[in-house]
Amino acid sequence: MILLLRRWFAFGLLALSSLGVPLAHAQLSIEIVGGAGAQIPIAIVPFGNEGTWPLGISGVVGADLERSGMFRLVSTDGVVPRPVRAEEVQGPLWRARNADAVVVGSMTPMPDGKVDVRFALVDVVKQTSLVAMSFTVTQQQFRVTAHKIADIIYEKLTGDRGVFSTRIAYITRQGTRYQLLVADADGNDPQTVVSSNEPLLSPRWSPDGTRLAYVSLENRKPVVYVQSLETGARRAVANFRGSNSSPAWAPDGRRLAVTLTKDGGSQVYLMNADGGNPTRVLTSSGIDTEAMFTPDGQSLVFTSDRGGTPQIYRANLLSGQVERLTFDGSYNVSPRPLPDGKGMVFVRRDGGRFQVATLDYATRQMQVLTAGPGDESPSVAPNGKMVIYASEGGGRGILAAVSIDGRVKQRLVAPAVDVREPAWGPFPRS
Amino acid sequence: MRNYLWIALIAAALAGCSSTPTTEAPVDDRSATAGAGGAGSAGAQTGGATGGGVTGSAVGAGGGNPLRDPNNILSKRSVYFDFDSFVVKDEYRPLVEAHARYLQQNRTARMTIQGNTDERGSREYNIALGQKRADSVKRMMTLLGAGEAQIETVSFGKEKPRNQGHDEAAWAENRRDDILYSGE
Repeated sequence: MILLLRRWFAFGLLALSSLGVPLAHAQLSIEIVGGAGAQIPIAIVPFGNEGTWPLGISGVVGADLERSGMFRLVSTDGVVPRPVRAEEVQGPLWRARNADAVVVGSMTPMPDGKVDVRFALVDVVKQTSLVAMSFTVTQQQFRVTAHKIADIIYEKLTGDRGVFSTRIAYITRQGTRYQLLVADADGNDPQTVVSSNEPLLSPRWSPDGTRLAYVSLENRKPVVYVQSLETGARRAVANFRGSNSSPAWAPDGRRLAVTLTKDGGSQVYLMNADGGNPTRVLTSSGIDTEAMFTPDGQSLVFTSDRGGTPQIYRANLLSGQVERLTFDGSYNVSPRPLPDGKGMVFVRRDGGRFQVATLDYATRQMQVLTAGPGDESPSVAPNGKMVIYASEGGGRGILAAVSIDGRVKQRLVAPAVDVREPAWGPFPRS
Repeated sequence: MRNYLWIALIAAALAGCSSTPTTEAPVDDRSATAGAGGAGSAGAQTGGATGGGVTGSAVGAGGGNPLRDPNNILSKRSVYFDFDSFVVKDEYRPLVEAHARYLQQNRTARMTIQGNTDERGSREYNIALGQKRADSVKRMMTLLGAGEAQIETVSFGKEKPRNQGHDEAAWAENRRDDILYSGE
């Protein structure tokens, strides 16, 4: 796998791809197109001894933090000697560079071939060390370790859990070639989960991150599969007469909500994750689909045209009570509950534009996060702070991400392929 | 707005990454074996070389098949819909009636109606909308005497557009049911 890191302007990137520069491999690139209002200025000092290895740690940590839009990297150029321990950090020097926080660290080879990685996060305003930790890792674990360190720093300084150690799933299309891929949240290390000459869609992570449910048209109809990421083994869990679509995992990982048409019309069923015991849980004379569990597992939010236009509803699985959640506009679809249980992300049509928006259940307040015109398939990061979604750019499908407050915006572009159907994976098991 | 930009350019190696050893997500290219492999029914993959070609030559050799006779309305297989609509327009009534009659007269015949939508809107909702379009043609046919078990309705949603364009003409062409008989 080749890794290239470049600082370019967005127009440079667009120019490159529109000129059709021949590229041996499709490239996934991430760019930030808008930052948060108040970014934390932080200096990431290259770790002591880091130059011994081709891929260090501090560069990945800095890239993670910067990409979140919550941080601004302060230059460490010309600081000699470089501090490697918290007590070596000279507050006034960094305050003069307008840094609020400084990260230092070191990497030391061990006799057994592993590497001792340690870092400290120093608040140079209060002159205190906020956290100091060490890891003993192999060289292959450098990237994972860097994401973990970035998560710790992010949580210390923002109060929210970081998502740098998570993964994303997405679908690419190149001609008639469809692939379901899984990559690190920064786009690195993409792995093919399944390939097909027919469309793939609706990838959904199991809550423990070990399996993906998805829909494949390889049998000339939509069939829901569940595939293990560890073994690659897969199974058609919903292959009934008619169309089988829109899988969603229950929080316990043991059941799936799916849309089946076996009894007429698109209706929502619950089934075991192995496909057993499909039971209809909603009943309408029209379309019910896109069901998603709320975080407590007690309700489903879903899209239905029972009121004449596609709108989002919430059904309590115990009481059977159904309430309509969206009223503004004639097309509100693709509900994705937020992990705090207080609201959801969804897609609305405004005129001819499809936009990603949030809705607070209690206040019914809606906030539009994206401009469209062709935004769809949102997926919420497990910390609830970012939303990844499918968009358009340069005549192709691209992925984009936006912070839950709408301020931070990123675009992920892969020349020559359509990218779509992103699904943000859960927190890694620790 | 702070106008700095940051780009990580990563060789995603869509083809190349299949050879990368992996711990978490093993490469699993099932597409070549999916038909034989065990997912369920016959996995005629692309419909290209194998299925379509064989059917075409066999029927052509037999001759006189009303389903293949360009002068017979039964060779017409597509029903088009208005935006956001699943109502079968009057102009397609003769086509639907002819196929219903064929099914009624050929009780062993089996048909799949594939619903499709234009590219606008949610993929999953469009699967359901395409299904509704397929179901509405099926309902007409069963009311006209076709057997319920003779017709399976499925949907491709917006996943398999016949016209790859992004204008009203393309959308109109893609809001469509296609009728396929068993073996086609």
